[in-house]
Amino acid sequence: MSGVNNSLIVALIASGVAYGTPLLFGSLGELLAERSGVLNLGVEGMMLVGAVMGFWTVQRVHAGAAVALTAAVLVAALSGAAMALIHAFLVITLRANQIVSGLALTIFAGAVGLSSYLGNDLNLADVPASHSFHAIFPSSMQSWPIVGPIAFGQNALVYLSWACVAAVAYYLARTRPGLNVRAVGEAPGAADAMGIDVAKYRYAHTLAGGAFAGVAGSTFTLAITPQWVNGITGGAGWIAIALVIFAFWRPELCLVGAYFFGSLQALAPELQARNISLGPTELWTNSIPYVATVVVLVLVSWRGASRRLGAPAALGSPYVREEVS
Amino acid sequence: MRFTIERRLEQPRWLAVAVPIGSLLFALVVAGVVLLVTGHDPISTYRQLFDAAFISSGALDQTLIAATPLAFTGLAAAAAFRMRLFNIGAEGQLYMGAIVGAAAGLYFGGRGGPSAFVIAAMVVAGCLGGMAWGSIPGVLRAFLGTSEILTSLMLNYVAAYILTYLIFQSESYWRQTTGFNAKVFPTGKPLPPDAIWPSWTLNAQGGIGIPLGALLAVLVAVVLWVLYRRMRFGFEVQVLGDSDGAARYAGVRTRRKILAVMAISGAIAGLGGVSQDGDFRHALDGDPNGLQKQAYGYTGIVVAALARYNPFACLVVAFLLGGLNNAGNALQGADFPSGLVGVIEGIILFSALGGELLVRHRVRISRTAHAPAATEPAQ
Repeated sequence: MSGVNNSLIVALIASGVAYGTPLLFGSLGELLAERSGVLNLGVEGMMLVGAVMGFWTVQRVHAGAAVALTAAVLVAALSGAAMALIHAFLVITLRANQIVSGLALTIFAGAVGLSSYLGNDLNLADVPASHSFHAIFPSSMQSWPIVGPIAFGQNALVYLSWACVAAVAYYLARTRPGLNVRAVGEAPGAADAMGIDVAKYRYAHTLAGGAFAGVAGSTFTLAITPQWVNGITGGAGWIAIALVIFAFWRPELCLVGAYFFGSLQALAPELQARNISLGPTELWTNSIPYVATVVVLVLVSWRGASRRLGAPAALGSPYVREEVS
Repeated sequence: MRFTIERRLEQPRWLAVAVPIGSLLFALVVAGVVLLVTGHDPISTYRQLFDAAFISSGALDQTLIAATPLAFTGLAAAAAFRMRLFNIGAEGQLYMGAIVGAAAGLYFGGRGGPSAFVIAAMVVAGCLGGMAWGSIPGVLRAFLGTSEILTSLMLNYVAAYILTYLIFQSESYWRQTTGFNAKVFPTGKPLPPDAIWPSWTLNAQGGIGIPLGALLAVLVAVVLWVLYRRMRFGFEVQVLGDSDGAARYAGVRTRRKILAVMAISGAIAGLGGVSQDGDFRHALDGDPNGLQKQAYGYTGIVVAALARYNPFACLVVAFLLGGLNNAGNALQGADFPSGLVGVIEGIILFSALGGELLVRHRVRISRTAHAPAATEPAQ
């Protein structure tokens, strides 16, 4: 029985779920922002600030693990949202170019900016986390064949992310505000005529996107590798943005994509743990998530397929009442 | 009170100068607040920064070293962003330029040929390396319509892994395999003396070296300016950037322009990479904490955006940000945590982006709650 669970494929999927969780949180957040028509390329930066602030909180809150970790995730969400507010103000109120502003956010907040500054200034490097997320189900359940490690061997953040997928899917498909967001992203002029406050919706969903990105970052520093390392996300924020396209802007497909890319990221540590080497192993196992992202982007953008497959029509363009774009 | 934002019909000349300066001052105030909040004295920090960047002995020498790669990556970004091709792969293109350029230096150097020939071969190889890497997202965008933003970025990570692989994880052509040090810590094979780029020393501040790379960057800026401002090619690129539809009606060949612009942008970034080999590092630097830590490619985006994609302004901005980077390195420590420079650069960029609004729009403050009628044209 344990033989099955030790097999490479089960191990890859189980760690793929763990590694895919920040991708899932990040892409759910980006999906919300993009559905309202705001492209935010600052995910990597927002994630890193969430990661460093979440880690800082868990070190400073002297309480039980549950309280400290909950506080840390909340602080991570708030700091991600605070970063998103900069982008929202620039692109919604000041109508700056969304691409340039998002890039600026990643540079400002990312591995050479604010997150690195905070990590150094608060002396967070090279210390282990005082609390971290662990698997919540008893070890007897984790040893069930196949489903044990994959479904029951995970930490609370993984299960939280599943709840978030369901919530976002329900919100967008079944609730009034969710339908309004889609209207804002598809046809802001028509939404405005219906009496929907376009700017308010865009602000709210860009901020929500930032909060998700912040939680995604804290998944790294509180669960996957419970410590702070400068630039710990290693491009996960960018993969999350690509995932939204890959998922055709649908939350349930984000889940599939996130675990696919999570498994690719798990390839390097899992093969190393088993001493398996095939040619230049480090080179190709490390590169494969990025190469796969390029391949997937090519596949979904074939002949502008993304327009037909669910990209919000007003994505990336500012809305100004008098100016019809 | 009510604010309304209207598009300007004419952009006053003085605004084009006043707004960037205003944005810079605003950014310094905001960054000062960040410093205060985290318990540092902003005035003395700024004074130290300015001293370490431009005033103290040897400062300008170091600033030029820091500014040279930023000039290349800034020009690379400007060349592409001008056409709204968001090539954020300058980082990886720079690595590829460094790899291919170093190969040329190692191959042609030390054979008794003229040094100028070796250096010329390195320049060409560096450009080709960056061009090839930049052309991948270019081809994907031109023929398959894949957004160049994410693909160019993903390739940065791949290029970084290739660079590390060549020095750390394999016995490649670029790696120093003999000698005592090679066993202790992997390094790149040193370039032969005739593959090392010359520099010219100015007798001021205890000697300011002008690296060949800095002169090449100026040359690239001139070429780009001529190409974009004086030739049909550049005109068509700008029309494409401003209005895709208009360009197509005018018969501009979009696909060719995408391929050409991505190739040019990649080549400039690659030149920045080979300048790292020839001017400064004198070997291929594959250390993940060396060249890869500098984030030249990303800072180049800041340079290009602040310069509003003007090639000559790129040189000026690269010099100023180079000063900031150099000062950041010189002062790094408890009082001046690394990352602070990135924060200041980010804030400057944000306020410049916000300032753009004031160039293009006017903000009207009216007492009444009524918005001006939608049909009334902006004056």
